[in-house]
Amino acid sequence: MEKLTVTRLMEIMRECAGEGEGLAVTDDVLDVEFGDLGYDSLAMLETAGRIERDHGIRLADDQVTEAKTPRAFLALVHDAATGVA
Amino acid sequence: MTAATVVTGMGVLAPTGLGAAAHWTATLRGHSAIGRITRFDSEPYTSRLAAEIDGFAPEEHLPSRLLPQTDHMTRLALVAADWALEDAALTPSALPEYGVGVVTASSAGGFEFGHRELEKLWSKGPEHVSAYQSFAWFYAVNTGQISIRHGLRGPSGVLVTEQAGGLDAIAQARRHLRGGIPVMIGGGVDGSPCPWGWVAQQTSGRLSASRDPARAYLPFDADASGYVPGDGGALFVLEPEDAARERGATSWYGEIAGYAATFDPPPGSGRPPTLRRAIERALDDAGMTAADVDVVFADAAGVPELDRIEADALRAVFGPHGVPVTAPKTMTGRLSAGGAALDLATALLALEHGVVPPTVNVSRPVPGYEIDLVLRPRRLPLSAALVLARGYGGFNAAMVVRGPRRSEHEAS
Repeated sequence: MEKLTVTRLMEIMRECAGEGEGLAVTDDVLDVEFGDLGYDSLAMLETAGRIERDHGIRLADDQVTEAKTPRAFLALVHDAATGVA
Repeated sequence: MTAATVVTGMGVLAPTGLGAAAHWTATLRGHSAIGRITRFDSEPYTSRLAAEIDGFAPEEHLPSRLLPQTDHMTRLALVAADWALEDAALTPSALPEYGVGVVTASSAGGFEFGHRELEKLWSKGPEHVSAYQSFAWFYAVNTGQISIRHGLRGPSGVLVTEQAGGLDAIAQARRHLRGGIPVMIGGGVDGSPCPWGWVAQQTSGRLSASRDPARAYLPFDADASGYVPGDGGALFVLEPEDAARERGATSWYGEIAGYAATFDPPPGSGRPPTLRRAIERALDDAGMTAADVDVVFADAAGVPELDRIEADALRAVFGPHGVPVTAPKTMTGRLSAGGAALDLATALLALEHGVVPPTVNVSRPVPGYEIDLVLRPRRLPLSAALVLARGYGGFNAAMVVRGPRRSEHEAS
């Protein structure tokens, strides 16, 4: 399984929930809160659903909405992926 | 005396055109938008014609954030609200926090979105269903999305009375204005161009099975055989006249002068339908008589029994051939919750231009109906119009609108 990068995560978010707000695509968003990027909890669930299908993993809904930044979300995906590996 | 409710902005998206000007031009020219369905394969169905909105590119009008979470009809409604606010030269953020509300009419909600997601549910499994399904197919979604987009925190709501909804929503908006809210958005935009929505509409038994776009929807005609559905509608900015003046508005389309709604007795009760009573009460509400109405925009069901009921009501109130009657919806089909709102927009444009738009394709109106059906554009001095709408299940609504000239005369 290819490791999910922040760049790829932001691409998937744009596909699932549309363009974010406030920051340019090239800015370092790793520690910016999703709310500040213009993504709400439903955008997170939509993105999580897509990543679950693509990577064959399961992410708990409450953990998804508690992951406030891309760094926290990527850690969640990493843990789930290594857990099933 | 309650302040008059005036229409200071309109946003129109109709099969006849995107924007009020395009819609009005096509309507005057009698350009029907009824044709073969293109948005899904209609081959397996009894009815195969619709009036679809053509050339609408949502990404040109809405931020990409809204596209994954909105149904077709919600995108149309969001753009209609944008255009209505722009037309009224109104910026909601400049108004008091709870000063603007929104009331829309709805029939089914975001059916096309729902169809797609339910298909995923059954064919691929629940993990494939969009998280946005949670609200995108909800019947209240247009009101919700419009209020979120513009930060409208005033009283809001949704009315579900099928084709009567467009008028009922505007009347509900007027009630809020009378309760002290400075600005309301009201109206309806609808459409469910998908097999699920289509099957749902077919169950009414009122859809035309004709394959000929010029013969499929012929209200009041001897060959009436049902109606053709369409998508679209209109949203309006409504304000009390004094508040509109106070904020510097100098012109508006007209005034919502009168309204009434009635509900028909159940089939088999032996009691008469109540459309006539709705008309009479709307006239009373406007402080007008039948002689003050210059044109009627008919509900025009296209089903012989329903056409007869409407003709009977018109004859009872206005006398035989007593008032010009038109049905421009012969070009757009019936737009569910959007239809009556579009008729109201067309009526206001008719008052502004002094022209009654035509009823197209009808060539043999039933003589016994004794209605003066307008088959070609007719230039007339118009100061007031009556708009009628009936919703499946027994809903009747009647609304009287007056053009702006008259209210200015009265004010001076």
